[in-house]
Amino acid sequence: MTTAIDIGALEDIPRQAARLVKTHFGCIAVFRTAEDKVFALDDACPHKGGPLSNGIQHGEQVTCPLHNWVFDLNTGQAQGADEGAVRTYPVRVEAGRILLDRAALAPQVAAE
Amino acid sequence: MAMKLVVIGAGMASGRAMEHLLEANDEIYDITLFGAEPRGNYNRIMLSPVLSGEKQFEEIVTHDADWYESHGVTCRFGELVTGIDRMRKVVISEKGETPYDKLLIATGSSPFIIPVPGRDLDGVLAYRDLGDVNRMIGYAERPGAKAVVIGGGLLGLEAAAGLSMRGMEVTVVHLMGHLMERQLDASAGYLLQRELENRGIRVLCGANTKEIVGEGKVEAVHLEDGTVLAADMVVMAVGIRPNFGLAQAAGLKYNRGLLVNDEMKTDDPEVFAIGECVEHAGSCYGLVAPLYDMARVAARNMLGFHERFEPVEISTKLKVTGVDLFSAGDFAEGGGREEIVYRDATQGIYKRLVIRDNRIIGVVMYGDTSDGAWFLQKLKDKEDISEIRDVLIFGPGFAAGADADPMAAVAALPDEAEICGCNGVSKGTIIAAIEAGATSLDAVKAVTKASTSCGTCAGLTEQVVALTLGDDFVLPQAAGMCKCTDHSHDDVRRMIVAQALKSIPAVMQAMGWKSSGGCASCRPALNYYLLCAWPDDYRDHGQSRFINERVHANIQKDGTYSVVPRMWGGITTPQELRAIADAAEKFNVPTVKVTGGQRIDLLGVRKEDLPAIWSDLNDAGMVSGHAYAKGLRTVKTCVGSEHCRFGTQDSTGLGIKLEKALWGAWSPHKFKLAVSGCPRNCAEATCKDFGVVCVDSGYQLHVGGAAGMDVRQTDLLAQVETEEEAIEYCAAFYQLYRENAQYLHRPYKWIAKVGLDWVKARVVEDADSRKALADRFFHAQRIFQKDPWAARVAGTDSHEYRPLADLTQVAAE
Repeated sequence: MTTAIDIGALEDIPRQAARLVKTHFGCIAVFRTAEDKVFALDDACPHKGGPLSNGIQHGEQVTCPLHNWVFDLNTGQAQGADEGAVRTYPVRVEAGRILLDRAALAPQVAAE
Repeated sequence: MAMKLVVIGAGMASGRAMEHLLEANDEIYDITLFGAEPRGNYNRIMLSPVLSGEKQFEEIVTHDADWYESHGVTCRFGELVTGIDRMRKVVISEKGETPYDKLLIATGSSPFIIPVPGRDLDGVLAYRDLGDVNRMIGYAERPGAKAVVIGGGLLGLEAAAGLSMRGMEVTVVHLMGHLMERQLDASAGYLLQRELENRGIRVLCGANTKEIVGEGKVEAVHLEDGTVLAADMVVMAVGIRPNFGLAQAAGLKYNRGLLVNDEMKTDDPEVFAIGECVEHAGSCYGLVAPLYDMARVAARNMLGFHERFEPVEISTKLKVTGVDLFSAGDFAEGGGREEIVYRDATQGIYKRLVIRDNRIIGVVMYGDTSDGAWFLQKLKDKEDISEIRDVLIFGPGFAAGADADPMAAVAALPDEAEICGCNGVSKGTIIAAIEAGATSLDAVKAVTKASTSCGTCAGLTEQVVALTLGDDFVLPQAAGMCKCTDHSHDDVRRMIVAQALKSIPAVMQAMGWKSSGGCASCRPALNYYLLCAWPDDYRDHGQSRFINERVHANIQKDGTYSVVPRMWGGITTPQELRAIADAAEKFNVPTVKVTGGQRIDLLGVRKEDLPAIWSDLNDAGMVSGHAYAKGLRTVKTCVGSEHCRFGTQDSTGLGIKLEKALWGAWSPHKFKLAVSGCPRNCAEATCKDFGVVCVDSGYQLHVGGAAGMDVRQTDLLAQVETEEEAIEYCAAFYQLYRENAQYLHRPYKWIAKVGLDWVKARVVEDADSRKALADRFFHAQRIFQKDPWAARVAGTDSHEYRPLADLTQVAAE
């Protein structure tokens, strides 16, 4: 069984935009930067659950549309004075297709 | 006895491999070289100077007939290889079979031809080999010939520059937002575009080719947006594809390219492959440096060594005479990375280093690339740069003392550039005043009247004075727009107009932005300023807008949206109400609320349902209410003289006319109107941005009210006699606000800054000024007054509303 799922073409996401992938465990936001890098993060801000896919992207960061928290797309860490993180998922582009790691479909187990 | 080596492909990689092999030992192999072109190895990357006429073909030949002969290479140029039989170890060609002990495949790549209608017409060329170059030169020799180059990458731009130097009229059509997006960031791409445009090359970015048309031969290129470009020749330079059909037919493993291991062997140990046809560790290569590395590794391993190919950082330079451009490594921005940016707007220089963990990981340079090699070395060496970080960007010769000049943009302005629009003061006037003896900012202001009216040019005036006076002047601290720039909102707006800056990267470059991509604060402001300044030319950048304006609905705390259709002047009909009720039921809208602006809000609509609910509302004749916009919101009215016993004028009718005139416009912040039919003011017009109070003798026009965090009563702007005048004054006032206010300032804040007298001087006292303002407003309205909902129902920005993929049906493991 392959470990990655083809979720669409890179061109399906405009530069500096994001689109959603629906899973049983919530939505994943897939971002394409101005430089064609792709990132996948949970589409829920740890502050009040804001949909990060709807934020403004700048560099490899996104600003949550609800209360302007800023997250690093690489790490999912909140920037500046805010504390928190969103889960990130391995994702890559091959031959113009976006491949999301199958782990994104696995249920989350709380780590102690 | 020597072993037999057959080489398929006479390009740059195989030429280099043969050199290595023969230099080491010219007795081990008898070499037979097949080449598809009827000539030997030449330096393909130097075809651009041949095209431009700066070099002759003979100058770029790397291996001539003498070389092959003296090294005992049997040449079979122009002879097509049709197959490889690995069982019998023979290469099959038109003239028979050639046995081998080792085989080297270096079949290179083919140009990618985009599958548009008309791609087979006579006059559609690729840019790959000498034959293509000669064909292009043939077209260029026709008087007045026009060329369209599709693709604004390395190859396409070199072709465009060469054809332009040969006298052709050239247009570059590029799909992406800026040129050479794989090698350059947006700022450097903008500088490059400007340079090419200065040379007379037309550049269209974000342009999608729809078809090539003509009777038998190329006559024009049609773009998706309807643009028609006349053309005698079309050059397709959108990319290359590894060429490995022979290897594929011979059963060798392939993916995007012919697969090789670190030793440059295919899955058949007797068959090596190098160059653009191969895929190594998931990558295909199109630049020459790694191909030469492959050639060396393959040659060594054919001699029995076990060397490995290790890809290194590649740098790129554009081979267009007079364009200095360099990029290497990973220059995307983002968290965990820092950047050092140097911009000199006067000289057109841009340098950017991307740094992670105190090491350079990416370099982009434009205008001055002399330090490129020095940076590249530090990048390859992963050198810790923390010690020299302060001066790093100035390169190895930093002692020469070039320092970043924050006032470079002002220094670059020509003398005739207008600094103070109110008093018509140019940069030259200020300089003349200083030369005539004004030695301080106050003296300059007193003599020239610069920045003594609205004051928005104060920063620029100060900078011109500071530049001219030099060390005698201390620049006062001005508040920057955001952390990305020290320039104020006012200065940025002025420079956008003065320097004709027409894109966000252009502004960031010309004004020395400190970040490469801006932030969530400055990008929406820049997008608005550009859209206001250049309604005809500027292409709205949705990704620089807040989500509400991007998807034309208001985001709610749970991520759902609210939908508010326009109700002109607060008037509705049973049919409209029925459609709203039907839509609310159909889409399970949880909350239906009457708003303070006299319309109906449908709250809790799922984002995916937005286009469908808009479609239903459109069908009933309703359009977007722009309840989400920094733009015209509502026009609140009372019933007026039609029904009310106190009404003096038709306030409802005027409200509808005003709303129909103003809807769809964007502004620095939201803009609310009201029209009351008598001074009892039931529509609460005196706390609006623009309020009309009807009286017996006409219409009182009030401006600058607020009823939010601040509560403020309006001031009287003027009283007029007719509805037509009321509408013209309103449009002129709105346009003055649109053109001058800082982003996110409501009119009352702006008026507090510029003064009501300043506004009156332009809207009330000067009829020509009022008319010009209103004309500019209605000109912009011809572009912006379109229902965004209908456009999205028709498919605009559909990616915003649909998920990319639904994996709820896919099993985890």
